[in-house]
Amino acid sequence: MHMMYFTEQPMSAYDAKAGLDYGATALTFSNKYFDPNEGSRLYNEYLEEYILAEECGADGIMLNEHHNAPFCMQARTNMFAAILAAVTKRVKIVILGNPLPLTENPVQLAEELAMIDMISKGRLVSGFVRGGGQEQLANGVNPAFNRERFIEAHDLVQKTWTQPGPFRWEGTHYQQRVVNPWAIPMQKPYPRVWIPGVLSKETVIWTAQQRYPYIALNTSLEATKTIHETYNQAAAEAGYTAGPENFGYLIRVHVQDTEEKAMQNARQFMWMQGEFTGLANPVWANPAGYFSPSGRRGFVEFAVGRATNPRGAPTFEDQVNSTMIIAGTPDQVIERLKYLVEHTRPGIMGIWANDGSVSKEDRRRCIQLLCGEVMPAIKEFGAGLGLKDPWEANAPVHLRYSTDIAGQKVAAE
Amino acid sequence: MSVVWTDTVKEIAGIKLHLSRAGSGPTVLVLHHDIGTVDRLPFYDALAAKFDVVIPHHPGWGKSERPQWMRHPRDIAAVHAWLLADLGVSGVSLVGLGFGGWIAAEMASLAPVTYKKLVLVGAMGIKPPEGDIADQAIVSYIDYPRAGFHDQAAFAAVYGDVTTDQLEAWDIAREMSFRTAWKPYMYSQTLPYLLGGVRTPALVIWGDDDRIVPLSAGQAYARALRDATLTTIPACGHFAEMEKPDAVARLATDFLSRS
Repeated sequence: MHMMYFTEQPMSAYDAKAGLDYGATALTFSNKYFDPNEGSRLYNEYLEEYILAEECGADGIMLNEHHNAPFCMQARTNMFAAILAAVTKRVKIVILGNPLPLTENPVQLAEELAMIDMISKGRLVSGFVRGGGQEQLANGVNPAFNRERFIEAHDLVQKTWTQPGPFRWEGTHYQQRVVNPWAIPMQKPYPRVWIPGVLSKETVIWTAQQRYPYIALNTSLEATKTIHETYNQAAAEAGYTAGPENFGYLIRVHVQDTEEKAMQNARQFMWMQGEFTGLANPVWANPAGYFSPSGRRGFVEFAVGRATNPRGAPTFEDQVNSTMIIAGTPDQVIERLKYLVEHTRPGIMGIWANDGSVSKEDRRRCIQLLCGEVMPAIKEFGAGLGLKDPWEANAPVHLRYSTDIAGQKVAAE
Repeated sequence: MSVVWTDTVKEIAGIKLHLSRAGSGPTVLVLHHDIGTVDRLPFYDALAAKFDVVIPHHPGWGKSERPQWMRHPRDIAAVHAWLLADLGVSGVSLVGLGFGGWIAAEMASLAPVTYKKLVLVGAMGIKPPEGDIADQAIVSYIDYPRAGFHDQAAFAAVYGDVTTDQLEAWDIAREMSFRTAWKPYMYSQTLPYLLGGVRTPALVIWGDDDRIVPLSAGQAYARALRDATLTTIPACGHFAEMEKPDAVARLATDFLSRS
């Protein structure tokens, strides 16, 4: 089992009342409330905490990016990935992920990722995402072509990594005269690609068709079960049987020496008023054309306030009771995580451990207990359940490299 | 007098295009807004009392099928020009409403002597010299149309409590607006240079409280076209033909009837 440390890198050093008064903490909430001196302090503290997570035993550091919102300070996930490539020695650098549709030049993205892979000496896991609706608006990218751009950019990156240049790309959304970057990945056939997601069925099916692991981002146990069923069916249609190495799960966990302190800090997972991506107008999160047309009718009613959020608005207590948030001493957390692992059977696990304004001292203690005590216990438990990660299972990087599918064309070495 | 409208479907550019038609006389092609159109409006009836009025749903809007390939209002202009050819009509006048005004301007710029008259109402398509065209992407489905009315009672008169069907139609219309006019948003950087060739006389009508397209864009249209007059309607927003149907119909009918 592969266990990763994750934080959204919250920019918590701002006046929370200003956000509540304005009524939004995303997209249009003014960056006049952003204090770069505090930003500098936090970036450096978060960097030190990643190094601590490696020292304490984490298998991987999971990174992501968002824009125009205080809940996440990473505006470019490749920047932290590049830094970690140089300052860490052992951990996998797991980008979950680069928002492919946001790029106007997938070849340059392929180039940057190849650089990170080489600098890290082959430790990159290169996840890709569609990016939330707000990310499209913040970057001026057309939400109506989000999925088309995601797939085409992926195909171009994949070809750039695996086929010697120069070649030409004349696609629908991308045209490149000469694809021939002098930077190619060290890992062959190419760095592992994992796809994180929340609810989009289309993405789950596409991910299974590629034979990439799908990382469910803190979905409910019920929703996670549905994701697995959808994936398993698409996998069967593609000719293989999905196993734990095809599934990952991200869960919010906070560990301290006492239950009381852990619970108190875990409440910070609600600092964005319970929304992962901050308070926002629904049409920012789901601009027209971004969402699956099958959900259009329900969404428009929600967007004008006639229906409740399809994702619901569970309280902190609700989320603790339903194992969406776990908090406590190492023993308490291990017990809850075992329950979760038994029911979701992931080969990959991300632990989102610190959010909001948890103090530096508490963040570090949480990482020590999490990576030093909780992760080893869960890895041992997972091994007993046969939960192998993609390396342990020697899983193919992509469907085309499968050796267990009759008639599957294996790409040239 | 009640006007009898006939709805038909035409196969054009690989898609099924929906259109409504009524009246007799010289043909007037009415091009609707970015938010689509309701089926019947007093303004449409007023035009049909004097003219052969053709109102297509833009490709991808309302009841017209979506062309996946469509990328620009100029593509929509070509589809409507194709429609007129298939209908076998000539000496056609164009009435373009908001986003439809942009399409009408594209049609005129590509065929400088073809159309008889051009009426632009709060037309998009030109970067306003002052102010910006309001961005529907960051406001909700109801707030955007509301912003286009000076008097909210006029909004209520057309849309009532707003049905879920209407909300869905606005979402689909918004998606088509994004697919065809996302960047730059709701204007062409080349159209202003091409309008000078248009020989068709033009009337440019603007609500004096248009919060969607600033009046400066109307002034820019009037300057760029050879033969254009700009008229404003008091206490009126962007959706002028819905908010002040009588005033817009009178101005348009007078102008279109003049020889």
